[in-house]
Amino acid sequence: MVETITNIYLVGVGGQGILLASEILSEALMLAGHDVKKAEVHGMAQRGGSVVSHVRFGSRVYSPIIPEGEGDILFGFELLETYRHLHFLRPDGRVIVNDLRILPPGVNLGLQEYPDAIAERISEAFADTTIVDAASLATKAGSERAANTVLLGALSRRLELDEAIWRQAITHMVPEKFRELNLRAFELGRAC
Amino acid sequence: MKKELLSGNEAIARGAYEAGVRVASAYPGTPSTEILENIVRYPRIDASWAPNEKVALEVAIGASFGGARALVTMKHVGVNVAADPLFTLSYTGVRGGLVLVTADDPELHSSQNEQDNRHYARAAKLPMFEPADSQEALEMTRLAFEVSERFDTPVMLRTTTRISHSKSVVTVGEPLPELPATSIEKNPPKFVMLPGNARKRHLFVEERMRQLSEWAASQDFNRIEEGKGDIAIITSGVAYNYAREVFPDASILKLGMVHPLPKKLIAEFASRFERVVVIEELDPFIEEQVRAMGIDVCGKDRLPLCGELTPGRIRQALLDGEAPPVAKQAENLPPRPPNMCPGCPHRGVFLALNRLQAYVTGDIGCYTLGFMPPLSAMDTCICMGASIGNAAGLSRVLADEERKKVVAVIGDSTFLHTGVNGLMEMVYNGGAGTVVILDNRITAMTGRQDNPGSGFTLKGEDVPAVDLEQLCRSLGIEHVRVIDPYDLELTRKTLQEEMAREQVSVIITRRPCMLMKRQKVALRPPLHVDPDKCVGCRACLKLGCPAIQWDATAGEKGQARIDSLICVGCAVCEQMCKFEAFGVSHG
Ligand code: SF4
Ligand code: SF4
Repeated sequence: MVETITNIYLVGVGGQGILLASEILSEALMLAGHDVKKAEVHGMAQRGGSVVSHVRFGSRVYSPIIPEGEGDILFGFELLETYRHLHFLRPDGRVIVNDLRILPPGVNLGLQEYPDAIAERISEAFADTTIVDAASLATKAGSERAANTVLLGALSRRLELDEAIWRQAITHMVPEKFRELNLRAFELGRAC
Repeated sequence: MKKELLSGNEAIARGAYEAGVRVASAYPGTPSTEILENIVRYPRIDASWAPNEKVALEVAIGASFGGARALVTMKHVGVNVAADPLFTLSYTGVRGGLVLVTADDPELHSSQNEQDNRHYARAAKLPMFEPADSQEALEMTRLAFEVSERFDTPVMLRTTTRISHSKSVVTVGEPLPELPATSIEKNPPKFVMLPGNARKRHLFVEERMRQLSEWAASQDFNRIEEGKGDIAIITSGVAYNYAREVFPDASILKLGMVHPLPKKLIAEFASRFERVVVIEELDPFIEEQVRAMGIDVCGKDRLPLCGELTPGRIRQALLDGEAPPVAKQAENLPPRPPNMCPGCPHRGVFLALNRLQAYVTGDIGCYTLGFMPPLSAMDTCICMGASIGNAAGLSRVLADEERKKVVAVIGDSTFLHTGVNGLMEMVYNGGAGTVVILDNRITAMTGRQDNPGSGFTLKGEDVPAVDLEQLCRSLGIEHVRVIDPYDLELTRKTLQEEMAREQVSVIITRRPCMLMKRQKVALRPPLHVDPDKCVGCRACLKLGCPAIQWDATAGEKGQARIDSLICVGCAVCEQMCKFEAFGVSHG
C-alpha cells in the first residue's frame, strides 16, 4: 500500500483501564485529522485476563486489527503482558512500558513464577524501549489512579501530534472532577 | 457534518435513532450489548431489556404491527432462541420497519460456539445486510428500515465482533424529525398465520426474495471496485477490509447484502476474470451459492473454516503459504486467563461444590469460570438455561447415589431467561435434583445489565422485581432456601443437606455482584495476613481469589499476602484459615 499506517498495540490486564486509554488515544488521532480504527474485545475476556487493543491510523485504514508482525509501537500497561506480546512488533518497533507487575493466577497460587528481569529483556530485544514508573509519577500528580494518563503522556512524545490536541482529547473524555489531575499526569508522562 | 469515532454498536444505535425507531428490545449478549446501552441516550426511543431474545423479538413484532419502527438486537446464539417467531414473521412481514441485529462471534471471544448466522437469513428467507465498518453500520441500519417497509419483510443486520467492538470514524446524519403515527390495523390474512393464510404468504415470500435479489444488483452497497491483474475477489463484512489490506490492487466485488445474492452482478463480475476467490469468515456461505450458479470460484479449499480471519491468515492461505513475518513468542510464560473478581459471591459456592465432589451442570455467565482451577467445579455448559434441564435428564438415568451428586448451577438472569422452564420440567416430571440459583441481582458477565429480577429497567426506572423464592414455590417446590454465599460453612451444609434430599430443592445464594453500582456493594476494609500467624498451609489459595498472592520467599514454607488495592474485604478467605492469620488491616 502506498499510504503509511501506524499501528499501536495497547496491552495489559483486564480492569486496568486500557479501553479508556485507547479511547483517548483514538480520539486525539481523529482530532488530528487521521483516519482511525481501533479494535478490542469485551465480555468474558475482560475479567482479569489479558487485554489487547489495536489502534491504527493513517490516511485510509482498512483492517481494524493490526496485520501480524506489523506493530510499530507496543504500549504496555504491565510488564508480563508486554513481554508476552513482543512478537507483535516489527523488528524496529518501539516499546513504552509501565514498570508494573500484576501477578497472574498461576503465580498467585505459587504454581508458576513471574519471569524475572522482564524490563531488561524487553530493552535488550528492542533498542527503543522506554520504561515508565507511572505509579510514582501519578502519585506526584495527585493520585495513583492517573497512571494511565502518565503513560499516555509518555506515548504522546513519540507521535507527531500537537500537545493541544492531546489536551483536548483528555478534556473531552475525562470527567471534570479528574480533569486537572489527569492533565498534570499527562504533563509528567510527557517528560519521560 | 459532524465526525465521531463510533463502535459498530454505537453506530447501529445512532442509525436506529436517525431512522425514527420507536421501540428497541434486547437481551444482553456479547458482542451485541452496547447497542441498547447506547440507544438509551435517545430519550424518544422506548428501549428495554427483555427476559430473553424470543420475547425481545415478540415485543418488536408487536410494535411493528402497530405501525412503529422497531429494533431488536442479540448475539448470534440469541437468534436460536428467537428463531421461532422469526421464521413466521418472515411470512407475515411487517407494518413499521423491523430490523433484527445478529452479532456473531467468530473466534469465540466470549461465546459457546461460533455459528454463522448468515444461514438464518437463507433459512428464514429474509434479507441480510453486512456492514464492513461503523459508517456502513449506521447507513445500513437506516437503509434496513426502508427496505423492511418497502419489501414488507423483517431485515437482518449481521455484525461480527470486529465490527461491533471496533471504532472507526463516522459522519453522522440527521434524525427523522418526528416519529410516524401508530394505529391498529386489522388484517387477518396478513397477520394470522393459520395454514390457509400462511400458504398464500409463502408465495409472497418467494416473490419478495426474487424482487429483492434483482433490486440489490443495482444498489451501491453491492459494488465493484475495479483493480489490476486477473485475480478477483468476492467478499463482505469485516473480511473486505482484510482482503483490501492483503490485495491492495485486486478487483473486488464487495457485497453489502449477503442474502439474497445479486446473482446477475456476480455472474457478470466473475465472467471477466480467470480466477475468482471468495474471502469470507466461517462457512462458505457465499462461495457455495456462487458455485451452485455454475461459476467456478475457490475460497474454503484454502481459507480456514474455524476462527476469525486476519490479514495474516489470508496471506498465508492465499499467497502460496507466504507466512506473515511474525517473530516467535517467548515460551513458557504464565498464562493470564479471566477469573472471577475479588469478592465475587460465586466463589464460595464453587468451593463447596468442589469439596462435596458434586457433578455440576453449569450455565452461561461469569460463573462459568467456576470450571477453572482451583475451584474446578463445573462439568457441563451448553447454552442459556440448559443447566436445570440437563440435571433433570441426568436424574432420570442415574442410580440414586450418583443422582445425588448432580447439582444444577444457574445465575439469576439466566434462570429468568430460560432456566425457569427447566425447573418446571424437573418438578412436573418427577425429577429429583438440587438447583442453585446464584442470585447476584444483575446480569453480570455482559457488564452489569438489569433484568426482571433486579428491580430496575434499562432506563433506570424502579419496577417490581421478580421474587425468585415465591416463583420457585409457585412451581410446586417445597424446599427453597435463601443463603448468604459469603458464609462458607452455611453454604457447604445447605448444599450437603439438599443434595441428600429425594425431592427437588432450590438454594438461592444471594449477594450482589462486585460490579454493582446502584445498590453499592457495602465497602469493607481490605484484609491482611498476619505473618506471625500464617504457617504457609496454602488453604486460602484454594479459593483462587486474585487478591491473595503467594510469596514463596516469606516464612519457612512461603506465606500468603493480600493485595490491599484489590481486596474488597469479603472475609471469605478468613474462613479458610485454621490459624486465624487473616484480619482487617489497620492503616
Ligand atoms: S462481575 Fe460480578 S458475578 Fe462476575 S465475576 Fe465479578 S463479582 Fe462475580
Ligand atoms: S477478603 Fe479475602 S477472599 Fe475476599 S477479596 Fe479480600 S482477599 Fe479475596
